[in-house]
Amino acid sequence: MVTIGPGEGLQVELQSSVAAQFGRQIKAVITETLEGLGVTDAHVQAVDKGALDCTIRARVTAAAVRATGKDVWKD
Amino acid sequence: MMFVPGNNPGMMADAHIYGPDSIMLDLEDSVTMAEKDAARLLVHNALKSIDYGNTEMVVRINPLNTPYGKKDVEAVVKAGVDVIRMPKTETAEEVRELEAEILKVETEIGRVGETKIMAAIESALGIVNAYAIATASPRMMGIALGAEDYSANLKTNRTPGGAELLLAREQIVVAARAAGIACFDTVYSNLDDMETFRKEVELIKTLGFDGKSIINPRQIEVVNSVFTPTEKEITKARAVVAAIKEAQAKGSGVISLNGKMVDRPVVLRAERTIALAVAAGVIDKEEVL
Repeated sequence: MVTIGPGEGLQVELQSSVAAQFGRQIKAVITETLEGLGVTDAHVQAVDKGALDCTIRARVTAAAVRATGKDVWKD
Repeated sequence: MMFVPGNNPGMMADAHIYGPDSIMLDLEDSVTMAEKDAARLLVHNALKSIDYGNTEMVVRINPLNTPYGKKDVEAVVKAGVDVIRMPKTETAEEVRELEAEILKVETEIGRVGETKIMAAIESALGIVNAYAIATASPRMMGIALGAEDYSANLKTNRTPGGAELLLAREQIVVAARAAGIACFDTVYSNLDDMETFRKEVELIKTLGFDGKSIINPRQIEVVNSVFTPTEKEITKARAVVAAIKEAQAKGSGVISLNGKMVDRPVVLRAERTIALAVAAGVIDKEEVL
């Protein structure tokens, strides 16, 4: 689950069952996804249970879209 | 064709491991309205990132007249989906509307003509218009029966014998064959009754369907075993094909094999048996005469 709130810069708080192995990678995927969407300031809370990168990307994008009200698809 | 909910990333990641011929990621009935946006993103990213190998990838979108349909088209075409399954199709016009939406997105990304359409027919009106739907676009690769909505629309219930679906099934097969495209039967949702499921698969194979929609990997083996030709059938088919080749070499179109007349329809059935055996992996392509 990914929750996004207001923040200064990109702060990522991660709870993951595979944090020791993949924590850095997961945080990088979250940050890259937000940067790709033009989000520069946000506080992100992510609870992960070993999701694939593509799932993390989708979850972060969905949370960002909901938080900003800006869709990635055309109407 | 195995149905996988588009809001379940775990299932989407593992589905191809079980070896279905095609996987249908669902954005429609298995996803609640509150989750449509998240599921669309999950499906888009899964299609772009997961290596599904040779499995044909299908996505069932929401109808175009909902707030979700067009965004679904954009998301899955941009991710390179093989086939879009259109739910609750009732007219050829609806297929053409989808075709126009697909073309818009394909033109934007420079991938024109790659996305096929499968129409699910789930109402009496759709059954009446089956041939028009099947021939509505060159992108049409198949039509499929959606029996739950269809039965409700007919004001009846589904029964184990499927009497209520007989006309719809036959109409779909006939329309698909007349249009030269594929046809797929509906799902059977009682996973605890594999015996009735097998009977249903045998029935729809006899009716002429190309395949069955399934909802669980446990159903794959049953469908494959019913659709895979037996050794006896393959041997007979090979004998027919060999005999007709020999006859043609002698300038004849009809011959007798083991006392039975072999003409064009018999040869066509034999060729289909061999094609199914190759598709099922029980004989090699190279082995085919």
